[in-house]
Amino acid sequence: MKPTDISNPEYFHKVVDCQYACPAHTPVPEYIRLIARGRYSDAYMINWESNVFPGVLGRTCDRPCEPACRRGRVDEEPVAICRLKRVAADNKDDVKHRMPVIPEQKNGKRVALIGGGPASLTVARDLAPLGYSIDLYDAQRKGGGFMRSQIPSFRLPESVLDEEVNYILDMGINAHFDQYVDSLKSIVDKGYDAIFIGTGAPRGRDLAKLPGREDGDANIHVGIEWLANVAFEHTKTIGEKVLVLGGGNTAMDCCRTSKRIGGKDVRVVVRSPKSEMKASPWEIEDAEHEDIPIYENHSPKEFVTENGRLVGMNFEVVEPHYDENGKRRLEPTGEIVFMECDDVLMAIGQENAFPWIERDLGVEFGEWDMPIVDKTTFQSTLDKVFFGGDAAFGPENVITAVAHGHQAAISIDRFCQGQDVTERPAPGTNLLTQKMGFHEWTYDNAVSDDDRFIVPLADKTAALSDRKMEVELGFDLQQAYDEAERCLNCDVQTVFTENKCIECDACVDICPTDCINFTNNGEESDLRERLKAPATNAEQDLYVSSDLKTGRVMVKDENVCLHCGLCAERCPTSAWDMQKFLYTVTKAGQDKEAVTPCTK
Amino acid sequence: MSFIRPNIRHPQLAVNDLGYTRANYEGALSTLCAGCGHDSISAAILQSCFELSIEPHKVAKMSGIGCSSKTPAYFLGNSHGFNSVHGRMPSVATGANLANRDLVYIGVSGDGDTASIGMGQFAHVVRRNLNMVYIVMNNGCYGLTKGQDSATADRGSASKKGIPNPYSSIDLCETAIQLGAGFVARSFSGDKEQLIPLIKAAVSHRGFALIDVVSPCVTFNNTANSTKSYDHVREHMNATGTFDFVPLKEEITTEYEPGQTEEITLHDGSAVRLHKATESLDFSSRRSAMNEIEKHKEKGEVLTGLLYLNPQTPDTHELLGTTTTPLNQLDKDKLCPGSKTLDAINDSFR
Ligand SMILES: Cc1cc2nc3c(=O)[nH]c(=O)nc-3n(C[C@H](O)[C@H](O)[C@H](O)COP(=O)(O)OP(=O)(O)OC[C@H]3O[C@@H](n4cnc5c(N)ncnc54)[C@H](O)[C@@H]3O)c2cc1C
Ligand SMILES: Cc1ncc(C[n+]2csc(CCOP(=O)(O)OP(=O)(O)O)c2C)c(N)n1
Ligand code: SF4
Ligand code: SF4
Ligand code: SF4
Ligand SMILES: [Mg+2]
Repeated sequence: MKPTDISNPEYFHKVVDCQYACPAHTPVPEYIRLIARGRYSDAYMINWESNVFPGVLGRTCDRPCEPACRRGRVDEEPVAICRLKRVAADNKDDVKHRMPVIPEQKNGKRVALIGGGPASLTVARDLAPLGYSIDLYDAQRKGGGFMRSQIPSFRLPESVLDEEVNYILDMGINAHFDQYVDSLKSIVDKGYDAIFIGTGAPRGRDLAKLPGREDGDANIHVGIEWLANVAFEHTKTIGEKVLVLGGGNTAMDCCRTSKRIGGKDVRVVVRSPKSEMKASPWEIEDAEHEDIPIYENHSPKEFVTENGRLVGMNFEVVEPHYDENGKRRLEPTGEIVFMECDDVLMAIGQENAFPWIERDLGVEFGEWDMPIVDKTTFQSTLDKVFFGGDAAFGPENVITAVAHGHQAAISIDRFCQGQDVTERPAPGTNLLTQKMGFHEWTYDNAVSDDDRFIVPLADKTAALSDRKMEVELGFDLQQAYDEAERCLNCDVQTVFTENKCIECDACVDICPTDCINFTNNGEESDLRERLKAPATNAEQDLYVSSDLKTGRVMVKDENVCLHCGLCAERCPTSAWDMQKFLYTVTKAGQDKEAVTPCTK
Repeated sequence: MSFIRPNIRHPQLAVNDLGYTRANYEGALSTLCAGCGHDSISAAILQSCFELSIEPHKVAKMSGIGCSSKTPAYFLGNSHGFNSVHGRMPSVATGANLANRDLVYIGVSGDGDTASIGMGQFAHVVRRNLNMVYIVMNNGCYGLTKGQDSATADRGSASKKGIPNPYSSIDLCETAIQLGAGFVARSFSGDKEQLIPLIKAAVSHRGFALIDVVSPCVTFNNTANSTKSYDHVREHMNATGTFDFVPLKEEITTEYEPGQTEEITLHDGSAVRLHKATESLDFSSRRSAMNEIEKHKEKGEVLTGLLYLNPQTPDTHELLGTTTTPLNQLDKDKLCPGSKTLDAINDSFR
């Protein structure tokens, strides 16, 4: 293998598994350390810079970082990254004075944001400090998009959402709420320099063709519409017997909301096997904790009505079969099951819908009637129109919407300044030794043995009787400290200096997880088999040195390095050093010169 | 701040025949200087015992005094151990071995502990052919007392002080061969590929097995003018050949060119398979071994690898005709047969 080029920022970036997996590349270990030190406001601001909604995300994030977390590869469970974020948000001091200063003198450019969800708000957050005049249009009464209309208050209290939405709206954003945009042309005609479309994926799927659908209509609801109605208090109750169709997170929110506003016998019915449900494992756990049963392998057959009123549903029991490629087919068993109900909530998916975009404006649409959007620049085929969030490539989650927003803001800024949008700013990086002295590092390099801490919950009976009562109480400060200490500090990199190494093997012998090897070089696949411990995780890189004195090379498997620093501790010549790698995604206007050309 | 070894290990650690991972053979965290050759040897001993699937409680680690003699604390934490007086490990090991012949005795000593204060004890334990592995962690100096030249320091070699050693050196391998050891090898702490199979073979060998391992002292004797520095040893090392240890249960399938490859079956049925670098070396001949060692010395080289092997030498127990049962398994009547038996024995001498 060729020697690893550690000057390429992406190499060490990838070692910080959580940050790499986070769509917005939040510097996770950096804020976790600050939490351990009780510096909650600082931890909050690091988050806020990257992900804009730490309080919201600390409760609701889809947390792609956690399955990626290194701790999960060496221990049973990953670090509770998400819930630590909440600790920072809940325990911070007033941070208003730390928000960006908005220039009185505007830069003369006007930007329209359609939709007031996380994607649009992120664009606003990045552009307002640069002097842009921003108009935001949203059909809802208040900002936040789906974070407000869909995520129930028992998971996300309104006050938390209001606080973080307002940090942005207070940047002098011209918000037009209760204003549905029914024509993109009307916005284009207003002469904006750029337009950002962050309208989400607002259409819930229906089972329009299922027998009985029309007859039972009064008691059959599209999940996301129903949730919005509950959130805005148009709907206040539901029948005692509720069937929730679907196995995603929306289904979990529907069933748990039902339980709080009148549902007694609430069931989730899903076509697939339970193990293949789309909902996050923790959301399923939460629903089950509230005694909501999940019926798997039940495919909806018909809505059963009596005298024009819904009385139940018939399901066909199916059996999953897998072909040699692992592809699943659900085969009917012939068994039909009837379940009684008063109401049905359909949570079987969402779609994009752009009936309000005229097709002759220059915004081209492709497959699935989705706009054609560049994956890096978020620009549409009409150069001043940009998309982001769920509107760009279909339903995802809040953190993805935020990541899109940051990138779209860069494009909009460059576009408005007459620069090439395909040239992207390089990330900010910094690599600095953490050595303080003999056996002393700036970070807590001892590895905690603790298992993941469980977030305490509110009393179940109380929680189920109040739709707005937050179920999770959050970690207390001691738990937060202990959980933070589980983090392995993956950003503190093991940096190897070839010409210092005397090949004494001290690092090889001390490494608790057998990461380090001195061996003859070879092809990657060959090397992976020859290492001291099998290097079977091909997603994790091998760090390879150039030739050493003996002609061998140092090969380190990054996979299960604990970043404990013992290699550096035992190295007599400091050929190993522990250096903190800070990687920050450059935001709009933060770079003067764009350097990395975009490779489309 | 911390210098604590984490408890987490690689999730896919190999498991041996006993179901143990290498972690089961670990000891405490080393307190030696970072980069000390002794630590590598500890790691090699650990790895060898793991690969041989030795039950940790069937091992006794014996040592004297010195940095080298401290190392038994850093491997096989679940085994027996005795850290004895400077230079006296051989007599303590002899006592232990006579009392319980069923344990594997791994003696760890230094060049000072063996070739200076312990020279007399060393000579006699070799002569007695005690069934043990005797590893000398040879750094050419007294590491623990700040690096004075030891009796194995080569004439002219200079440690950190910078003064060339005026005395001629003791070659422990030659001494052991001359005194009748059945297994004699030399190795280098920085060459685990060679060291590990040597240790495994030494453990399997019945009788006294010496491995003299050159082990640089990074702090006091890793200088440009030292013949026991990492650089010097790497540049002047010359192996008698490469070496496989073939455990008993493993069927021997590979065919080798005759002449270059020699296979020697050990007492317990396992074998060592040597791929000789020179045809002039005959492992079963003491004279050949001595010649070969001296020949390399004349060229300024260090000859490593297996030097001499005779698997058929009688060990102490055989020489003394002791009971085949460890003393702790004999009942009271056997251990203390009473005054009548004693009288009978005394009578037999009259
Ligand atoms: C039930 C449910 C629960 C969810 N839970 C989570 C969760 O826990 N964690 C998570 O990360 N994600 C969750 N999501 C997904 C997440 O809410 C979305 O991915 C995210 O909000 C998308 O952000 P966005 O900015 O693209 O658009 P949205 O948040 O969807 O906002 C779009 C906004 O645009 C407005 N709009 C649409 N069309 C127009 C128009 N023509 N004119 C004016 N306004 C318009 C809408 O009213 C809406 O306010 C959930 C989704 C659902 C349905
Ligand atoms: C009876 C006695 N004499 C002297 C000493 C002092 N002493 C301690 S260690 C040592 C030399 C150890 O050298 P070596 O065996 O080579 O071990 P190293 O530290 O080099 O590994 C000496 C002389 C002692 N502990 N006991
Ligand atoms: S251990 Fe810490 S730094 Fe490493 S991936 Fe997990 S949260 Fe991130
Ligand atoms: S920091 Fe060094 S010693 Fe610790 S696990 Fe990583 S490579 Fe091994
Ligand atoms: S401990 Fe340092 S000098 Fe020794 S092999 Fe490792 S990197 Fe090289
Ligand atoms: Mg010594």
